[in-house]
Amino acid sequence: MSSTDQDTTPTSGPDWATIQESAEFTQLRKRLRGFVFPMTAAFLAWYLLYVLLSDYAHDFMSTKVVGNINVGLIFGLLQFVSTFLITSLYVRHANRKLDPVAEKIREDIEGGRQ
Amino acid sequence: MSIPMAQGGVEGSNPWLNMGIFGLFVVITLVIVFRASRSSKTAVDYYAAGHSFTGAQNGIAISGDYLSAASFLGIAGAIALNGYDGFLYSIGFLVAWLIALLLVAELLRNTGKYTMGDVLAFRMRQRPVRAAAATSTLVVSFFYLLAQMAGAGGLVALLLGIENKTGQALVIAVVGAIMIVYVIIGGMRGTTWVQIIKAALLIVGAGVMTLWVLGKFGFNLSSLLGNAVAKVGEGGERLLNPGGQYGLTGTSKLDFVSLALALVLGTAGLPHILMRFYTVPTAKEARKSVVWAIWLIGIFYLFTLVLGYGAGALVGADTIAAAPGGQNSAAPLLAYALGGTVLLGIIAAVAFATILAVVAGLTITASASFAHDIYANVIKRGTVDDKAQEVRVARITALVIGAVAILGGIVANGQNIAFLVALAFAVAASANLPTIIYSLFWKRFNTSGALWSIYGGLTICLVLIVFSPAVSGKPVNPKTGKSPSMLQDVDFHWFPLDNPGLVSIPAAFLLGYLGTIFSKERNDAKYAEMEVRSLTGAHAEKAVAH
Repeated sequence: MSSTDQDTTPTSGPDWATIQESAEFTQLRKRLRGFVFPMTAAFLAWYLLYVLLSDYAHDFMSTKVVGNINVGLIFGLLQFVSTFLITSLYVRHANRKLDPVAEKIREDIEGGRQ
Repeated sequence: MSIPMAQGGVEGSNPWLNMGIFGLFVVITLVIVFRASRSSKTAVDYYAAGHSFTGAQNGIAISGDYLSAASFLGIAGAIALNGYDGFLYSIGFLVAWLIALLLVAELLRNTGKYTMGDVLAFRMRQRPVRAAAATSTLVVSFFYLLAQMAGAGGLVALLLGIENKTGQALVIAVVGAIMIVYVIIGGMRGTTWVQIIKAALLIVGAGVMTLWVLGKFGFNLSSLLGNAVAKVGEGGERLLNPGGQYGLTGTSKLDFVSLALALVLGTAGLPHILMRFYTVPTAKEARKSVVWAIWLIGIFYLFTLVLGYGAGALVGADTIAAAPGGQNSAAPLLAYALGGTVLLGIIAAVAFATILAVVAGLTITASASFAHDIYANVIKRGTVDDKAQEVRVARITALVIGAVAILGGIVANGQNIAFLVALAFAVAASANLPTIIYSLFWKRFNTSGALWSIYGGLTICLVLIVFSPAVSGKPVNPKTGKSPSMLQDVDFHWFPLDNPGLVSIPAAFLLGYLGTIFSKERNDAKYAEMEVRSLTGAHAEKAVAH
């Protein structure tokens, strides 16, 4: 199964550095990082806000909104909503903006090898 | 409604029925594992199921791996007794998955083969980095295993009515032995099927109970909450408000921040979760598996919210606290209140299946890490021509780890499960996550940075745990006459928090940075290859056809 063994020496195949500097790859990296970095910062900030409010703002979180449902429970359920929403947004972004570019670069590399 | 407690086990529990249903689960899964073993011959089969599961299958298996008995029994019980603060756990466990989705899963799948060590070794010096990665993998897996096996002991007392320690030890040994058979015979393929079946049973079972509870309150969440409050009587409002468990003092509030940080950053560093990303053929399937996992895990935690408050409303916090197994008995008691002995038997069997599947997942991860990283690459320096030999080592390792887990489970029987699980998350977040993130995204990162971060994070984390009030020095609880700390009658703690995350995670990130810039080593060519491959999937490990 030598074909699936991991290389431990620099591969003498594609010129990785050139591909890394190509306009196509730079665009792919920009599209990936441009989405995942701000999104990670946003959901971590929103999560920490929720944790700190639950921890230090008991009165605010205990405010009743409808019946027995208070602000804390609504905020908690909104964490679920935001998690599901970010998941769906990322999948859409990846399918539309990342996969086609990644696929093209991959085919160039693997096609060129044979 | 008040349930008088019978001798041994939860009232209304029929141990023979519970064991019968669990036995059925074991027989069905064993048949599947044997069938799966027919196509498990090579290393890639044993470690990564030939990279041949679909995203959906792997997503269900991930939720099976992740939703441990601590999630099911622990969170439902915490909500029933402490109300809102139990809910906070599940939110941390869920949000954590976004890190796996956005930053880790796909890139990891594209650059590695079987283990976390593969990714780190890509552009660094193989042997030291693999040894470090395997060390932290084994430590995290050990704590997580201990938590699950300790939980099995409690569950036995709860569901089978076996009160004496020898009987419990015997059941722990039997559970451990079945798990070893799964792993050694079925490899990753067999383990994955066990997790898929278990996840389906757990989620469907919890879903049926949730609808049942909601039906009793006219599908009105507010009315359910109102009834849980009314059941407590005086002061029941505290169930709905934050602070019931962690809001008492300034230190406990800070401890909660620390725990929240460990939960959200730990998941993407758990080795048995990372390894699951290698069971699919492509990065796109890895993405699909995380999406499936997020939906299933999220929906399951919404179920536990209803089950926790439902147990509070229908069974009552006092009855739960007084039952064998304490708060872990909330979900089984609720099952009995709803559907009598039969539903209780089904839920009990599901809880056993849960422990079995999670323990199998941990064992295969630890054995793969030892055989692939330490044996094949550190000891044999990557010159093992005979892959069958490597798999043989993995199987023997699984046997040893299984035996250690059984012994550890017998010794740790009665320890606090939630504490041990939180510990595993803290170690994963400190020792693994910084290195994974740096390795995937930071060009300058090098061997010295990885070693500082892994060993530094691991050491700080373990030292802070040993000198925390969780291990020694908590005041004796007048009700039970025992200290909630792990060790009784000694006090050598100086670190104020139970959970070390708040200190150890930032420290590990800082050490990774410092270790990197103090070393001259850099390998830009190898990073170019790694970055291109991680983002495009070029030359990634392909699925094995059978």
